[in-house]
Amino acid sequence: MRLEGLERIPSGCAICGIFSRSGKKFDGSGIVKSIAVMHDRSNGLGGGFAGYGIYPEYKDYYALHLFFDDTQAKKNCEDFLGRHFDIAHYSEIPTKRTPGVDKAPLIWRYFAAPHTTKLSASQLDEKEYVVKQVFYINTEIKGCHVVSSGKNMGVFKGVGYPEDIAKFYMLEDYRGYCFTAHGRYPTNTPGWWGGAHPFGLLDYSVVHNGEISSYDANRRSIEMYGYNCALKTDTEVITYIIDYLHRRKGLTLEEISWVVAAPFWQTIEDMPEEDRKIREYLRNAFSDQLITGPFSIIVGFEGGMMALNDRLKLRSMVVGEKGDMVYISSEEAAIRLIEPDLDCIWSPKGGEAVIVTLDNELEGGGN
Amino acid sequence: MAILEIAAGCMHFRELNELIKGTDCDVTLSSCFGQRYIAAGLGAKTITITGTPGNALAAYMDGAHVIVHGNVQDAVGDTMNDGRVIVHGNAGDALGYGMRGGAIYVKGRSGYRTGIHMKEYQEKKPVIIVGEKVGSFLGEYMAGGLVAVLGIGMEGEPPVGRFTGTGMHGGKAFIRSDKELTRLPAQVSVEVASKGDLEEIEPHVDEFAKLFGYDKSALLNKNFFVLKPNAKNPYHTLYTPNPR
Repeated sequence: MRLEGLERIPSGCAICGIFSRSGKKFDGSGIVKSIAVMHDRSNGLGGGFAGYGIYPEYKDYYALHLFFDDTQAKKNCEDFLGRHFDIAHYSEIPTKRTPGVDKAPLIWRYFAAPHTTKLSASQLDEKEYVVKQVFYINTEIKGCHVVSSGKNMGVFKGVGYPEDIAKFYMLEDYRGYCFTAHGRYPTNTPGWWGGAHPFGLLDYSVVHNGEISSYDANRRSIEMYGYNCALKTDTEVITYIIDYLHRRKGLTLEEISWVVAAPFWQTIEDMPEEDRKIREYLRNAFSDQLITGPFSIIVGFEGGMMALNDRLKLRSMVVGEKGDMVYISSEEAAIRLIEPDLDCIWSPKGGEAVIVTLDNELEGGGN
Repeated sequence: MAILEIAAGCMHFRELNELIKGTDCDVTLSSCFGQRYIAAGLGAKTITITGTPGNALAAYMDGAHVIVHGNVQDAVGDTMNDGRVIVHGNAGDALGYGMRGGAIYVKGRSGYRTGIHMKEYQEKKPVIIVGEKVGSFLGEYMAGGLVAVLGIGMEGEPPVGRFTGTGMHGGKAFIRSDKELTRLPAQVSVEVASKGDLEEIEPHVDEFAKLFGYDKSALLNKNFFVLKPNAKNPYHTLYTPNPR
């Protein structure tokens, strides 16, 4: 068996995202064209997409996307799901045989609402209840992996180049107001189906280019709050940090950017007093959630998308806008291909979050 | 001389670069989308590009002329040895990374780490001129050569980000600005450019003005700061005092 560490591959990775502020739906073909331009940033060991607004007919249910190793794992998981959720609908996620994509697990989705009595007996709020079940499945039920668990969204990922993964899942058949994408070039963990990006928990999804050097410090701290880092990969820990700070601690996304990509003390010193106080407080209160080392990430969430670079800007990222559309990408060419006539294009500074949200809430799940 | 015209589109970079290297003609590339390594290592030849060429444009380039009508991405002119890159737009991060000769002219902005680890040796002296502004870490670990940021349209704020000149130990960085530069590292000295300094950049500003249609005297007729390594405060005590 070939052991990890026998081979050293320099890191690349590509990320991109497309967002419609007006909530106008578009299909998955644009994001595929865009990520495919950056083909050579990845090496065929992981590709994936997150789509938001794609399940309007089940928008009130948690869309659980699951990987199973075999039918026994599936049965065990379904028994568990049946005990903890009301399942409104479930199906195999449609896929088609695609050259370059193999060794796929069984891939199913379940539209689930927490079991009312179980939920009230748990004395947890609904989202925390869902998170608990997700972690249980990932760690306790052999051969099962929850790929995503948010409402009206889903993650489609696997081992292969992103454009092949898109063909495999027929991504062009989905319509949403936001898509993010990732092409992987694994650095510290092997390329496997669960380890591809995006990582998802509830409606949060993260695609990441980089290699964070604070991984173990971040992992140890986030595990204290009940997040089990089962996948040994840095993007997983970023996802949990965002869930912890946003959902559990109630920080705004901008405040989260000041925690995870905190400005240097020297930079903070030069800020006006009001700003300085907030930054100092956040750096001190959440020092274990500071992420160091190179990263550029796109975080998808219900109704929005955030892009963020590490504070030293050791990875590339550009943002383009055209009308109500916002495009974020590792490389400008990937945006130009799908929107040559941009209103503006710029590179955010290191640590400067770019946050876009829907102008209005989607009506009826945005049919 | 005949010109080879190539519609680059989404052609793979290897195929595209083989076409460019396989001809003695000058080359015009249209609708370019992110192909890497264009003009890498290339000698005498002119390549005119519309679109968005990919990373490492003109890396190790050795005498070619590259003209880009559009923006360029990261690491343009990486370790470039000779020739010229002219960008009628903006540049990404690490422009002129480890550059050792030739010249890069960017009409608009450039990103983080512009001129990182540029170097010079005898007659080899690289030059980067950026029209508007640059991101943080301008001239990081710079060991030689000349970089100038002209701050066009940047009235009211210095046209550089933070941590300018960190680790700089050779060469000169010119910054055209009325605003005082703050928070520079102790190992870098900053002065208002002397007549001698200005004479040094005059031909390059002249070239910039001609290329992009500016008035040279208007560009030169403003305050320039010049950053150089500070011989009085060298690096031996940056982290811990070194034994002598």
